[in-house]
Amino acid sequence: MADTTTRAKLRWGLLDVFVVAFALFPVLWIMSLSFKTPATLTDGKFIPREWTLENYRTIFATDQFVRALVNSIGIAMIATTIAVVLGAMAAYAISRLDFPGKRLLIGVSLLIAMFPQVSLVSPLFEIERQLGLFDTWPGLILPYITFALPLAIYTLSAFFKQIPWDLEKAAKMDGATQAQAFRRVIAPLAAPGLFTTAILVFIFCWNDFLFAISLTSTERSRTVPVALSFFTGASQFEDPTGAICAAAVVITVPIILFVLFFQRRIVSGLTSGAVKG
Amino acid sequence: MADIVLDKVSKKFPDGTTAVRDVDLEIADGEFVILVGPSGCGKSTTLNMIAGLEDISSGELRIDGQRVNDKAPRDRDIAMVFQSYALYPNMTVRENMAFPLRLAKLDRATIDQKVAEAAKVLELTPLLDRKPANLSGGQRQRVAMGRAIVRQPKAFLMDEPLSNLDAKLRVQMRTVVSRLQKQLGTTTVYVTHDQTEAMTLGDRVVIMRGGAVQQVGPPQELYDHPNNLFVAGFIGSPSMNFLPATVEQGTLRTALGDVPIGDRIRRELEGADAPRELILGIRPEHFEDAELVDEETRRRGAEFSAPVDIVESMGSDKYVYLTVEGGRASAAELEELAADAGAADFAGAGSNLVTRLSAESTVTEGEHRRVWFNLEKIHLFDPSNGRNLTLHEAHPAGAPAA
Amino acid sequence: MSGNATPAGADVAADEADLRTGGRQAAVPAQRANRRGRAPLSENKRAERRLGLLLCAPAALVMLAVTGYPILYSVWLSLQRYDLRFPAEREFVGLQNYVTVLTNEFWWTAFGVTMLITVVTVAVELVLGMGLALIMHRTLVGRGIVRTAALIPYGIVTVVAAFSWRYAWTPGTGYLANLFSDGAPLTERASSLAIIMLAEIWKTTPFMALLLMAGLALVPEDLLKAASTDGATAWQRFTKVMLPVMKPAILVALLFRTLDAFRVFDNIYVLTAGANDTSSVSMIAYNNLIRGLNLGIGSTMSVLIFITVAIIAFVFVKLFGTAAPGSDDGERR
Repeated sequence: MADTTTRAKLRWGLLDVFVVAFALFPVLWIMSLSFKTPATLTDGKFIPREWTLENYRTIFATDQFVRALVNSIGIAMIATTIAVVLGAMAAYAISRLDFPGKRLLIGVSLLIAMFPQVSLVSPLFEIERQLGLFDTWPGLILPYITFALPLAIYTLSAFFKQIPWDLEKAAKMDGATQAQAFRRVIAPLAAPGLFTTAILVFIFCWNDFLFAISLTSTERSRTVPVALSFFTGASQFEDPTGAICAAAVVITVPIILFVLFFQRRIVSGLTSGAVKG
Repeated sequence: MADIVLDKVSKKFPDGTTAVRDVDLEIADGEFVILVGPSGCGKSTTLNMIAGLEDISSGELRIDGQRVNDKAPRDRDIAMVFQSYALYPNMTVRENMAFPLRLAKLDRATIDQKVAEAAKVLELTPLLDRKPANLSGGQRQRVAMGRAIVRQPKAFLMDEPLSNLDAKLRVQMRTVVSRLQKQLGTTTVYVTHDQTEAMTLGDRVVIMRGGAVQQVGPPQELYDHPNNLFVAGFIGSPSMNFLPATVEQGTLRTALGDVPIGDRIRRELEGADAPRELILGIRPEHFEDAELVDEETRRRGAEFSAPVDIVESMGSDKYVYLTVEGGRASAAELEELAADAGAADFAGAGSNLVTRLSAESTVTEGEHRRVWFNLEKIHLFDPSNGRNLTLHEAHPAGAPAA
Repeated sequence: MSGNATPAGADVAADEADLRTGGRQAAVPAQRANRRGRAPLSENKRAERRLGLLLCAPAALVMLAVTGYPILYSVWLSLQRYDLRFPAEREFVGLQNYVTVLTNEFWWTAFGVTMLITVVTVAVELVLGMGLALIMHRTLVGRGIVRTAALIPYGIVTVVAAFSWRYAWTPGTGYLANLFSDGAPLTERASSLAIIMLAEIWKTTPFMALLLMAGLALVPEDLLKAASTDGATAWQRFTKVMLPVMKPAILVALLFRTLDAFRVFDNIYVLTAGANDTSSVSMIAYNNLIRGLNLGIGSTMSVLIFITVAIIAFVFVKLFGTAAPGSDDGERR
């Protein structure tokens, strides 16, 4: 018996290693490139022969990247906050209250979740130009909120459904008002769900490229993924590869940190929102 | 301490269904009342209406003589124990028990003292700083009780508080609940679907079905004198046997042979629209092995013989399942009871007669056995409305023909 | 209870039935969902409805404002000749833009490319994702590590991943290019498409796997034990026990991924920028719109993409009856 379990462990271990390698290889490669000097950039070696932080110094010295980073962080944070707040309100109503139009709301958000974003690009481009929102933060925040809302609503209603609502009744019996019941009993329980949803929504906003490249035109509101794609042609850099890689690593760091620290939560958030029910 | 009065209380849901219909109930100060019935009978809705967690569609609810229909739960000063215990997972046992007191804005010292007292009563003192997640089912149950008693409310409401415990612990906690209630003398309304709990715990039992009260009374009275087929079938374990019976010329034709009927029944059956088809109900303990019945007793009953299907020896007595000819008794109430027990579509569930014979009986499986039953204890029901025809008779139904 | 024809009569009949049977139906109120019932709403219920609508209103308004109106607007734009470089020539042309697009071979090439990418990536992802889900769900060692690692492709910015693949396949900077070929794979159509698909698969397999893993978690362990005592082999347990239980999860995952794959844009933009006929429909819509500033044609393509996606979703739902996730609101009254 002991023999078979060892062998089973070994087999699973091998599979694990394969999965980890598959997942990490491209990331490690771009990291490796970012630490290489221009001279060794094309040597095809996985581990840099000469380590340098020059690429990082370069990108942080340029307005182009720093501006984009500020835009990315600002836009993603604002969109996340608003989407989570609105999503939490709607999800609370969906999971807790009985009201007409509930199914319709669920249906509409499902539609939006599947919506081809490019179909929105052309009308939004024109509408935002007319409203003066083109190439501004709100011009990106609005579509981000819209596409993040279905995600937020699903994940949060799944979380809210798991909260034992007897607790709310119990709090009322214990003499709490509706507000006290929410603040002292329900809110502490909902917090992890809100946090998880915020991470997922943030990743979504951080990730977007299509809206960002279509609805911006200057450094005023360009986000990092777009700035990255513009590095290529920019004359500022002789060879942008190193700089692109460094910038890529910088915007990957927060994601890696989220994943490392909140793996369990992200998994539960993604799976509960998408399948249960 | 308070009395609770329900005056024609009804609950109608917006989709038109009526969950509770015109419930009249007076619960005296300090009384322990059990609401019992199959799932969906409206007992929990009734409790929630007393608690203020659901509004009352019509009728009046008075606590301590005061109309409280429109009062929020927090203004009714009653505590509730939930089936799921509903302990706040983010608080320790101490914080859970202190929660109602803190909401009532009592000072720290008083809170500490009251929590300590309650914890002592329920033997929770060593657990005070644990979180609910680290407690066993029984401990959680006690914390839920502690949270209810700590603020000395006017009344306790308990919604199936023991149903999540395993059988042994349930029996143990039953006595704890009973003792605690007597000690505190607080008016208590207790909801359960378990008729054993109902029989053992309460001063009075309220049996509900389809939103309406069927019968209210002390447990023994409900057992001995059930108002109708439903109450008869619901109370008692194993439950009462029901057999179809036909009235013919003053006697009752049944699968157990002809049974003579008493004068009053006969009179009642003489009316033009009186039922010809009845349902005969006999409790398992009113059977006995014919060999063990002395002459004196024998005269008070009748005998029949039937093949023995299964013998379950319980030690103190024997449960003997007999196969009897003739169909099953059928009535809406019986179907509902069978459905509640989950045996509606399980053939054979009703074709057997369950009898409880003395342990000395030498009965064996497969044989044909003569069995005696007590005619003084039989019940007759009208299948169309379930009414117990034998209920108000001065003398027992089947007094032997002189 | 089946009297749908005359609502009023049906209600009365239902009430009478209640009285006659002593309200036996009332015992199961949930089953008797007579939702048209105009029984007076209690104050509490009305307040609940009001609160529900109030809480949902902001989310619904934002979603409608940012999608509903623009969709209609884009249909309107698609019926016009409207090129921002020649704003004076703006005029209503009916369906002419649709004719232009639908007879254009670039559109059909892009459409073919998009379909190819969608079908191939989703098929491969389903197989790989199932494998990955099984590993994540059942592995005996390092479950946390595997799950964490698998989340990285999901979380990483697509553009970053695309750059990584681009450099990997560019001669000189790339390890893969140097390993596998002597030419430049990203300058040829077939190999470019293969790389685009590889990048897509790498990025989204974990998501697929997570959705499938949620389905796996629904398979009761006892069921598998029962199957193996009944003599089922591992493969039979997988196909006869796990797959049927997982079917809803699989369909939801497939639907989501298919529609998502159809939107492919980021990877193509970075890897080939649509060179050598590797544009997807999103890509050429973007090119017409932002690069070409032709709002009329761009909007026409937007509408066509929208219609295609709607058809795909419709077919999925009709064929498999995919239940909308989160639509289980029947449980609470």
